[in-house]
Amino acid sequence: MRILGVDIPDNKKLAYALPYIYGIGLSRARQIVDKAGLDPDKRVYTLSEEELNKILAAIDQFGYVLEGDLRRDIAGNIKRLELIKCYRGIRHIKGLPVRGQRTSTNARTRKGARKTVGVVSKANKK
Amino acid sequence: MSRSVKKGPFIEKSLYKKVIEMNKESDKKMIKTYSRCSTIIPEMVGNTISVYNGKSWIPVYVTENLVGHKLGEFAPTRTFKAHNPHTQKADK
Repeated sequence: MRILGVDIPDNKKLAYALPYIYGIGLSRARQIVDKAGLDPDKRVYTLSEEELNKILAAIDQFGYVLEGDLRRDIAGNIKRLELIKCYRGIRHIKGLPVRGQRTSTNARTRKGARKTVGVVSKANKK
Repeated sequence: MSRSVKKGPFIEKSLYKKVIEMNKESDKKMIKTYSRCSTIIPEMVGNTISVYNGKSWIPVYVTENLVGHKLGEFAPTRTFKAHNPHTQKADK
């Protein structure tokens, strides 16, 4: 089933299928289902055209920024921080944690896999 | 948690006074300040403010999109000199 272009949630319950859309989590999904007046335990493949439209209308009513627009917004925010060269922007540029975490150890999510910086022995050099 | 709106943005009183006075004069000089925690307010736009980083004063030219940030965000306090590459000289 396609909702809003690309997303294809499968044969899950409605409340758990909607979070496959970028920008919708569990609590938003529940709100949307509630607003559309549908049963959150209903499976997606049983949805009729009419019910689908109800969901789309509910999403529209909340005015959520979703998918590509949301991704662009977030990228734009980071770009802004980088452009004005503030502390957070510099951390983004360097690929280090932005919110004051320690970097002596850990921080592997931001830094990526460990890069070994070893001593090159004389035998290996040539 | 963010600051209560009721209080308004924090800015050092003496710095605020200097900024207001600077705006009245035609020629703009640098304002030196230690107050890294002061919020950048619209009145500062166009001024250059020297922010202390614990060692020296870093000139920050305030433009419109800096408003709302703190002065200290633009004067880094730490320097990172790159690690030494493993040259033959260093390995001895």
